[in-house]
Amino acid sequence: MGIPLKDSLKHYWKTFSLNELLKGMRVTGKYLLDRNKITIQYPEEKTPLSPRFRGHHALRRYPNGEERCIACKLCEAVCPALAIKIELEERPDGTRRTTRYDIDMFKCIYCGFCEEACPVDAIVETSLFEYHFENRGENIINKQKLLAIGDKYEPEIARMKAADAPYR
Amino acid sequence: MFEQILFYWFTAVLLLAAIGVVVVRNPVYSALSLILAFFTMTALWLLMEAEFLAIALILVYVGAVMVLFLFIIMMLDLKIVEREGFIRYLPIGLGVAGMVALEMIMVLQRSNFDSERYLAAESPADFNNAEALGELLYTHYLYPFEIAAVVLLVAVIAAILLTLRKRVATDQPAKTQDIEQQVRVKREDRVRLVKMKSE
Amino acid sequence: MEFISSLWYAIPEVLRTVIVILLQIVAVVIPLILTVAYTTYAERKVIGFMQGRMGPNRVGPRGLLQPFADTVKLLLKEVIIPTKSDRYLFLLAPILALAPAFSAWVVIPFSENMVLADINAGLLFILALSSLGVYGIIIAGWASNSKYSMLSAMRIGAQMVSYEIAMGFALGGVLIASNSLNLNDIVHAQSGSIFSWFAWPLFGLFIVYFISGVAETNRAPFDVAEGESEIVAGFHVEYSGIAFALFFLAEYANMIMISALTSIMFLGGWLSPFQGLDFLINIPVIGLFFGNGIHWLALKIAFFLLLYLWFRATFPRYRYDQIMRLGWKVLIPVTFVWIFFEIIAVALGWQPWL
Repeated sequence: MGIPLKDSLKHYWKTFSLNELLKGMRVTGKYLLDRNKITIQYPEEKTPLSPRFRGHHALRRYPNGEERCIACKLCEAVCPALAIKIELEERPDGTRRTTRYDIDMFKCIYCGFCEEACPVDAIVETSLFEYHFENRGENIINKQKLLAIGDKYEPEIARMKAADAPYR
Repeated sequence: MFEQILFYWFTAVLLLAAIGVVVVRNPVYSALSLILAFFTMTALWLLMEAEFLAIALILVYVGAVMVLFLFIIMMLDLKIVEREGFIRYLPIGLGVAGMVALEMIMVLQRSNFDSERYLAAESPADFNNAEALGELLYTHYLYPFEIAAVVLLVAVIAAILLTLRKRVATDQPAKTQDIEQQVRVKREDRVRLVKMKSE
Repeated sequence: MEFISSLWYAIPEVLRTVIVILLQIVAVVIPLILTVAYTTYAERKVIGFMQGRMGPNRVGPRGLLQPFADTVKLLLKEVIIPTKSDRYLFLLAPILALAPAFSAWVVIPFSENMVLADINAGLLFILALSSLGVYGIIIAGWASNSKYSMLSAMRIGAQMVSYEIAMGFALGGVLIASNSLNLNDIVHAQSGSIFSWFAWPLFGLFIVYFISGVAETNRAPFDVAEGESEIVAGFHVEYSGIAFALFFLAEYANMIMISALTSIMFLGGWLSPFQGLDFLINIPVIGLFFGNGIHWLALKIAFFLLLYLWFRATFPRYRYDQIMRLGWKVLIPVTFVWIFFEIIAVALGWQPWL
């Protein structure tokens, strides 16, 4: 064979002394004794969230209590997962408002396009990510629920929007 | 008393398993019955205090040979066959069985298999089966033992050589991975570190 | 007391023998199962620590009740039997895997005179039983009627048959050195001091034995039979609930078994490493700790179990052909060479370990 004897001996020494294996075990052994774990104890501790975090959806209102959504259907059009369903009617005062605004949370992929598309900042994705459904059908979030979430988390939504505004 | 219960229990299981080997239709079940038969046989040998033989049987037959056997039966994916020709082969089978039974009876009738003679010989408490066997094998039966060992060695080498045969079509040796070479590869042979400006 | 003893002798002798044997079995199996439970806990903790994580810490203080939570979960789950499987063999397989793993414990000397069956051919008995463990797995692989299980059964069958040879040769070295097949005698042959342990004169065999032991129990880095990335979970993909738990139990019982055997064969079993240092043993209370006893065996077993977990956290899985090469072309020749020199040493009467 073309391998010089010296290299061969070196190779066999390296193999039979289990040198490389022991080196590997030293690395893991070091971590075994290391008290400093990087685990985050989730329900008690939480990681910081970005202002752009895309969680549960919400519909916002103007400060005077009027809902922002003008039923332009841009979000419905842009939604890649076809998760949004909107129906609308004209109010007596001539404004367009939705009568139905459903988001199917099972279809939604949390891409945030609806938020980007919205001309009046009505539909937003909040930083709320701890939610669950217990019964079939609860995954479809209707307008009342979206508005309720918007009302409840308005201060936080506004804060997140403000924090992100300089970068837009 | 206790030993007798054990003896009859194991004999019954052994007989059932042996019948099962022949009667059961699924080949995997058949092989498993054979394993059970070996196993109960070792139990009987253990009752006779022939522990070395018993354990050697498990080690060689149950632990290695039958594993490979089972392996092949499972790999071949044999279908459960309908029993056919049972009546046709019955006379031959009965003839062979009768012959074997006759031979066994003749052998056991001989005086050096006289069961009474062997029952009388109580072995001392610290009698070591393995040691006694070894002493016989390496003194009195040394030549047969060595010859058997050489024959086995030849068989082993022949089996290895069979795997190294050339392919008929291309006259090339079978393609294999050279792990020696793979293991010897060093980092420097495969990785080239390049410095470049960020773009 | 009188009453109980009279009641005891009223039972027929056969039944008394059976009861005594059963009680002895229970006395070994219950601690064994508890050890298995806490080995799984230790595994998750140790590997977690090595990966910079916490490991289980929710159930009970520091997660100490986690094994029991797992057991209850597994017991309550449904045992699903695949439609086209062979249902008898499917249910028989876990039992076949478990039985040899447990029954091998009868010949283990836990301490001086603490052994269930002090048989002469103890070493052979162990070898024979460890070769039986493969049946449960092969049958499970076949009976599940799943391609993954079948592949895994094939891999494991070949692997276990191959590594048994290296293991057998390594034990052959021990046999030559100790001149006995009885495990208690093997331990006694190592008494004297820490330097009489067989691990020193038989260092190569010691390493080979433990490596083959790891391969024999299908633990990382030789766990191609389970290889999650290729064949999901191998032979137990189709198993759930208690049937799966039995496989789990068998695997860990085997791990503990190999650790116990390695300690007995090479590290003097229940012998204390401070043997011969009489001034330590003569200290009133602490001397008990420094003296021989079951606690040293337990400590040695714990050390080897830690090694098992350490390997698993450190090494990537071997490729299948590399496993075969390691077994046949590296470990077996190493044992050959070592035993050859050992035999020469014995023939020349040069036995420093005695």
